[in-house]
Amino acid sequence: MLEQGGLPHSTRRRFLVDAAWVAGGLALVSVVPGGSARATPAMMQAAMKKVVGEAPVRKGKVTMDLPPLIENGNAVSLTVAVESPMTAEDYVKAIHVFNEKNPQPNVVSIQLGPRAGKANIATRIRLADSQKVVAVAEMSDGSFWSDEVEVVVTLAACLEGSVP
Amino acid sequence: MTRALINVPPKAKRGEVIEVKTLISHEMEPGYRADNTGKLKPRDIITDFVCKYNGEEIFRAQLFPAIAANPFFVFTTVATESGKLTFEWTGDNGFSAIESADITVE
Repeated sequence: MLEQGGLPHSTRRRFLVDAAWVAGGLALVSVVPGGSARATPAMMQAAMKKVVGEAPVRKGKVTMDLPPLIENGNAVSLTVAVESPMTAEDYVKAIHVFNEKNPQPNVVSIQLGPRAGKANIATRIRLADSQKVVAVAEMSDGSFWSDEVEVVVTLAACLEGSVP
Repeated sequence: MTRALINVPPKAKRGEVIEVKTLISHEMEPGYRADNTGKLKPRDIITDFVCKYNGEEIFRAQLFPAIAANPFFVFTTVATESGKLTFEWTGDNGFSAIESADITVE
């Protein structure tokens, strides 16, 4: 092997060519599965439909708070507040959160009742990409209300360090 | 050993809306990450969290892999009577943890 070092011209060229092949191969491998591991806006719509059914989802009553610019998608503060008197006759039954581009469209589903007093919840979520996040509230009268936030994520969660 | 942190006000006025904060240590492995040998790590998450107030369910959450590690929840409840709030987390691979907190309502 050492003797080959005496022919810098040919071995260097050889090395560069090989390196190019390896790099090209790696790039190909990493692009293909990366694309299929993400949810899509269509998948989010499907996941929402599972919860909502055919009922119309109106904008309003729900306020979702997410930082618009997220440096680290591994732990993002999320708060959802829903306008409701929270009485036995009129209360928020459930709050569902969905996203567009994480591997799965669901984030969390929360069941509440009149005993909550207020329909305010907070948690921490993961976001794999810049995307739209949607919160849907289900009221005791069967109506659905929503709010959505567009976020920009600099460091993605979930997929970092995944199989290339 | 799982560690859970619960924050419930020890005393409250009857009818007051109190805030409950919970945090439990858990990796929440989403099932999309590789270990250092390049093998995909299987999903290992907490899937359900339930809070009961004197035995009656007041809050339930279904968790997905998009919940950050060490699941943290803040929610509210009306202080109705003195007693106990119990918190139960269940998840993949038979994960189960139970905590409780006492409250005095005046």
